[in-house]
Amino acid sequence: MNVLDFARAFFGDGAHWHGYDGIPTRFAEHIGYCLEALAIAAAIGLPVGLLTGHTGRGGNALAFLATAGRALPSFGLLVLMFIWIGLGLLPVMIPLVVLAVPPILVTTYEAVRSVDPSPVDAARGMGMPETRVLFQVEVPVALPLILSGLRTAAVQIVSTATIAAYVSLGGLGRYIIDGLYQKDYEKVVGGATLVAGLALVTLAVFWAVSRLAVSPGVRRGGRG
Amino acid sequence: MIRIDAVTKRYPDGTVAVDRLSLEIPDRAITVLVGPSGCGKTTTLRMINRMVEPTEGSILLDGQDIRQQPVNTLRRSMGYVIQNAGLFPHRTILDNIATVPRLLGRSRRQARDRAAELMERVGLDTALAKRYPYQLSGGQQQRVGVARALAADPPVLLMDEPFSAVDPVVRKQLQDELLRIQEELGKTIVFVTHDIDEAIKLGTRVAVLRTGGRLAQYAPPAELLSAPADAFVEDFLGADRGIRRLSFFPSADLELQTAPLVRADADAGTLAARATAVPYLLVTDPDGRPLGWSEPGRLTAGAVDREQLLDYGRPFVPGTDSLRAALDGAVLSPTGWAVAVDGEGRAVGVVSQQVIGEAIRAAHGRVAERAGEAAGR
Repeated sequence: MNVLDFARAFFGDGAHWHGYDGIPTRFAEHIGYCLEALAIAAAIGLPVGLLTGHTGRGGNALAFLATAGRALPSFGLLVLMFIWIGLGLLPVMIPLVVLAVPPILVTTYEAVRSVDPSPVDAARGMGMPETRVLFQVEVPVALPLILSGLRTAAVQIVSTATIAAYVSLGGLGRYIIDGLYQKDYEKVVGGATLVAGLALVTLAVFWAVSRLAVSPGVRRGGRG
Repeated sequence: MIRIDAVTKRYPDGTVAVDRLSLEIPDRAITVLVGPSGCGKTTTLRMINRMVEPTEGSILLDGQDIRQQPVNTLRRSMGYVIQNAGLFPHRTILDNIATVPRLLGRSRRQARDRAAELMERVGLDTALAKRYPYQLSGGQQQRVGVARALAADPPVLLMDEPFSAVDPVVRKQLQDELLRIQEELGKTIVFVTHDIDEAIKLGTRVAVLRTGGRLAQYAPPAELLSAPADAFVEDFLGADRGIRRLSFFPSADLELQTAPLVRADADAGTLAARATAVPYLLVTDPDGRPLGWSEPGRLTAGAVDREQLLDYGRPFVPGTDSLRAALDGAVLSPTGWAVAVDGEGRAVGVVSQQVIGEAIRAAHGRVAERAGEAAGR
């Protein structure tokens, strides 16, 4: 049997389409974890990235934190958090957020910092308050790059959220981990296919968002 | 009036950008700050809208220290135009121009109506309103920059090397346009440039700054050319300042000769009568537009060979053009005579280098007389 046969057998089995271990339930759980982790990571990464990018200060500290964050293995962190905190969503969220903050933070910082200084100077010289300079000039111009940071983070979260299954939670990781344990390779392949599919959907969603949110005047600028 | 009073800008590392500069900038005129790089001209401009805060000294706007009002209120009352325009790439042309009216709380509609009006004023096709900055040429972008600065109708306009990034042809158009707009609106303009020719063309008064942020000379451009304060100013003005100064002398008083004008279809009698009076004849078409010079003996009635005529150089328009244009026309013409034309390009007379030379001497004399009177008072 090859991988395609495994996948066909998995998705062809009606039992996989309903119930607490059905594809819709696991899919919803997975998306739930991802959205929560992305929201927390964005709530940390965006404000800090915008502020440091706007003021141009703290770049070195950011680069250090980002490298440290990227160097931490998500799985190791999960086990550590599990031992420390015990069961629950928190030990899963921590490694996902740690994984997602660096790309958001660093890209946002770089995006805002690399905005052409002359429109910013013009905005200030016309009497725009600093918050408006940030949100009405710097952010719209930096948006394609900021979105690309969020996109990288989201895709990494989608694939890494499978580790939730290690600590008895749900999500698409269930299929992979249970399948490996039960030597049920249909399940492993099915789960992996679903994760890959969700990653592609994530890319598509970000593409659509950037079409809608990014001004045509900036999109053409060669950054999106 | 903007009064810069003993202003110094010293940076933390000890560099002095502006050194005890005092300057009175008159209302409704263009004051140009010019000098080599590092002379503090941009710093001086940016201190007027508090983009840079002076270390010492003060700046007064209509007698009031500019630090007495909130910084953004001050900036909204001054148009600000920078090099490369600094347009917002994510906003349409119309919304770029509408920025300051929106900041001042006008409705989107009012602001856009005003922006459309401004587009016409600066010579932009309103069809460009929905475009984005990247779709415009450098010159068009700079016009948008000027329109944006004028949108809230501020009494003061600060312009920081606005035309230095465009090619010379477009730069000349933008300069002419600025002079036209200034004629209509009468703003108090402070204009920074490193180009002395631009300074002389645009300035009502020109402040020449030297490296280290000190004032070398502050005078109307004609005075700058005729009496540079020192070797630095003279050197900065460059070559030909005598010739360039002629730009400030009108050509209206030149005595024109009409005798050498002859139409290509003139009869033999007319040709013969004119032949005795002057060394050369200027042949014109039936409408009076110049065709070229000819020696009288070479002309045959009814059969003027246009190929045989000599080039007549560049004609000047008396009253509109300066003595510089008249002299240029005379120098370019192989006969040594300049051709004067009216607004439609019809020849109204000719004038010799000698006559232009006398007019130049007379003009110099008048300037010296006025200077003497002023000194005597």
